Amino acid sequence: MDVSLDLLMNAMISGLLLGGFYAAVSIGLLGMAVYQVYYVAFERRDDQSLRGLSFFFGLLFIAEVGLILVFGVDYRSVNARYIGPSLQLVLFDLPWRLLVPFLVSMAMAIGLQIFLSRSFLGRAIQAVAQDQLALQLMAANPTRIKRIAFGLSIATAALAGACLIIIQPVEPSIGREYIGRVFAICVLGGLGSFPGMMIAAMTLGIVESLTSTFFGPSWAPAVAFGVLLVTLAVRPSGILGR
Amino acid sequence: MRGTPFILILIAIAAVIFGLARWLDNSYAFFVGYVVVQYIVLGTAWNILGGYTGYVNFGITAFFAIGAYSSVVLHKLVPAMPLPAMIVVGGVMAGIVGIGTGYLTLRLRGVFFSIATLALAVVVQTLITNWDFVGGARGAYVLRPRVAPLIGGGYIDYLFLIMLGLCVAALATARAIERSALGFGFAAIRDDEAAAEASGVPTLRLKLIATGLSGGFMGMAGAPLPFYVTYLDPASGFSLNYAVNAIAMPLIGGTSSWLGPVVGAVLVGGLQEYLRVTISSAVNVLVAGVLMVVFVIIAPQGIVGLFKRKR
Repeated sequence: MDVSLDLLMNAMISGLLLGGFYAAVSIGLLGMAVYQVYYVAFERRDDQSLRGLSFFFGLLFIAEVGLILVFGVDYRSVNARYIGPSLQLVLFDLPWRLLVPFLVSMAMAIGLQIFLSRSFLGRAIQAVAQDQLALQLMAANPTRIKRIAFGLSIATAALAGACLIIIQPVEPSIGREYIGRVFAICVLGGLGSFPGMMIAAMTLGIVESLTSTFFGPSWAPAVAFGVLLVTLAVRPSGILGR
Repeated sequence: MRGTPFILILIAIAAVIFGLARWLDNSYAFFVGYVVVQYIVLGTAWNILGGYTGYVNFGITAFFAIGAYSSVVLHKLVPAMPLPAMIVVGGVMAGIVGIGTGYLTLRLRGVFFSIATLALAVVVQTLITNWDFVGGARGAYVLRPRVAPLIGGGYIDYLFLIMLGLCVAALATARAIERSALGFGFAAIRDDEAAAEASGVPTLRLKLIATGLSGGFMGMAGAPLPFYVTYLDPASGFSLNYAVNAIAMPLIGGTSSWLGPVVGAVLVGGLQEYLRVTISSAVNVLVAGVLMVVFVIIAPQGIVGLFKRKR
């Protein structure tokens, strides 16, 4: 096919980014609102562990049932010109369907890392995890920082979700499969460590892909938990944990 | 009220409920009663870990389904095995899994334990889905006897009676824990784990006891499930509804005492059943989630807490 690769590339990147960006912004705002409710109802009362967790679990369930009521329980997919073809290299093919989300996620993760380590806001977000009181003494408002961090994290997750529908069809309860994976990656990499997260994510991706190739895709979800258990038993602080 | 009279009163109440259901002689009453009582057991089991020690278990379906599937396995191996024996086996299996998971994850902070249990549910579901002996993804059929053993009547009568018995056992255990040194240890962990550890409370051991008991009761609640539904597949055995209900009911009723899960299960379970009949089954699953979010925000102590005087 001789249609210029640039055009294809541009169209798909812009389309993907636009849709994902809209979703991420709106969900990010929603996330900030959710955090505000969480803060007023739980954090200020210093009642985070039990009820706070249940609150988020309830939200998960409401979102899932809401999606089921709107979209039904069937798998849904999207159509785009770049979902079918592959980028043919000498030895192997790179399907655009996987390459595009990969590039977008990498760009997002690296951008986020630069934001977190260079900008004032990003450093404040890292600081709030370390010592909230000290941050307060530096005249930054921890609640505001956490609200932004929460919105940012939800927006990132939403963008990842927008990428997911390019990789595979989705259904309302598919998010549950990712809870274990995400958790396993964070623990394996060491919480709060960006390079660790990258290494862990790649490792899990490779192990899972090998598992589904050699043992069948129905075993893939168990990989994350296996990795998680081994990490917890052998090195609870993760590969690059502090 | 000491232990023995309390258990006797519970048994008397259970007997009256069972007698009433028998007198009504309506199998729908048994089906609804079974579901509500099952949620009392599940809620109480969750509350032993969640309410007393403050560790939130999201993997209820894992333990529940371990109980259910161990019944499927036993029924396939020894078809004549009586149900109570299956319940004991299912409870022990789930309890062991609970202790094992707890041993690996409870050394982490509370939030990590919660997420790990959620992951556990996914993994157990993967294992069951890939296990052909119990039907894999296709599910398994369990043929239940037409007539109940010992008491006669429909088999659902027998299931309801068994569940009532389990409920009495769970409530008696929960109340006994509340009033024993074990319960005070649990409460110390919930209020300040570091301080408890420093004062000589063996926190890891207590937490393992709590996960074992909690997981065990969940497994026992799940063991009769294959006989109740007669067809069990992973999607229904691991339905998120069980998890949400088992968490929502104690939180709505109140987590501080054994009465909370009972109040929550009767109210929410009854409301869900009412909505299922009058509106639709999609709405009834939403109820528990919405009520839970509303209750944890505006009434953190639950319904039981509303009636207790503030200290």
